Amino acid sequence: MSSRAAAATTHVAHATSTATSLYAPSPYVVKSRTQETSDIATLVLAPAGGPPLRPFAPGQFNMLYAWGIGEAAISISGPLGAGGELVHTVQSLGATSRALFSAMPGTVVGVRGPYGSGWPAEAAVGKDILLAAGGLGLPPLRPLLYQLLSERDRYGRIEVVYGARTPKHLVFYDELQSWRARNDLRFQVTVDAAGRDWYGDVGVVTTRIPDTRFEPANTVAFVCGPEVMMRFTVQALLQRGIPPDAIYVSMERNMKCAVGLCGHCQFGPDFVCRDGPVFSYRRIGPYFTVREV
Amino acid sequence: MIEATPHEIATRLAAHSFFKGLPQALLDAAASGAKLRSYRAGDFLLREGRAADELFVVLDGKVALEVFAADRRRITIQTVGAGEVLGWSWLAAPHRWTLDAIAVKATHAITVPASALWERFAAEPSDGYEFLLRLVPVLAGRIQSMEMQLLEANDVV
Repeated sequence: MSSRAAAATTHVAHATSTATSLYAPSPYVVKSRTQETSDIATLVLAPAGGPPLRPFAPGQFNMLYAWGIGEAAISISGPLGAGGELVHTVQSLGATSRALFSAMPGTVVGVRGPYGSGWPAEAAVGKDILLAAGGLGLPPLRPLLYQLLSERDRYGRIEVVYGARTPKHLVFYDELQSWRARNDLRFQVTVDAAGRDWYGDVGVVTTRIPDTRFEPANTVAFVCGPEVMMRFTVQALLQRGIPPDAIYVSMERNMKCAVGLCGHCQFGPDFVCRDGPVFSYRRIGPYFTVREV
Repeated sequence: MIEATPHEIATRLAAHSFFKGLPQALLDAAASGAKLRSYRAGDFLLREGRAADELFVVLDGKVALEVFAADRRRITIQTVGAGEVLGWSWLAAPHRWTLDAIAVKATHAITVPASALWERFAAEPSDGYEFLLRLVPVLAGRIQSMEMQLLEANDVV
């Protein structure tokens, strides 16, 4: 038996033996809700008596269950609260996400997780760091940014480039102002298009990459956003000289089981839910532009 | 326009990231008729439909590239800042600007007459080649940006 097959067998056995905890969501109550844009909201979820979830790493996701409607994989978008609160930012796209987006304080939802791989912050210790986020790609990077800033001395320069479709599509708007005001972080915000009432930069995320400051050979980049944005951004970063194994991307696929069993999120030889969503570009690069996967 | 000696303009052009390292004769030709200009917020650098006869070399500030929609609403599709250039419609017929460029804040730019560049390219084609090697990545970047904007506008990202 190959090592990969053995690993898969072990994984299935583990999944079967712990099936209850794997698939049974814990109840969480919506403690607060912040409307970020017309179709994006950030929910703070507090435990409501179920078994506690395992600690999470920035970049991981939970499966959020809107009772009676369905489950969706949603990235964790904030630090763990003192009482075990979880922060999730949801965009209303389909029936499930629309129900979660609309969940008002007091609503009980189901949570299971955390799942997947996180951003490898340890790989960036002593190095310059670039975070590139497009649209709803900022929420999965936000816990990482919190972590980096909480141990600021361990890293070199930190550059963040965040792009949204228009100024109305920017999330965490108030927090963006405080990040931009910091002197230990350079945070650029750009939008794809704007009217005369916007005085900031206009252009897709890649237009800001040439203006970022870092030592390419000693930089780790974390990229999250729409797949097209990530493809172009990775090319821009490679062109700047960042090595492929120092670029990490967070992939998005339709995840169902979240534990690598159902195959819905297969991407090349990997399952995004189990082997990702965070991948090194060196690992995933060969499949990045393959339409068939 | 700001008073500046040809030598000052040549020095600033040579230090600009777009021109840095280009052949001296090409730099001299570009600087020969160039002007240092200052724009206040709201000033137009160029207007859609007018004759395109200059290259704008942005030294500082920020410039919005705008188009207007059918309802005459203005939409900024990109901003350009220090170290960048804008205005390349003089390279291709019908030699008319295809968008507006408006200073978003106080901006300084050197304007290089297209005629000076054309003359130099005719006299020394290899300088034209070197110039295009610098310009094509700028154009490619703009096209790639529009590709991404188009995909987002159509909700297919």
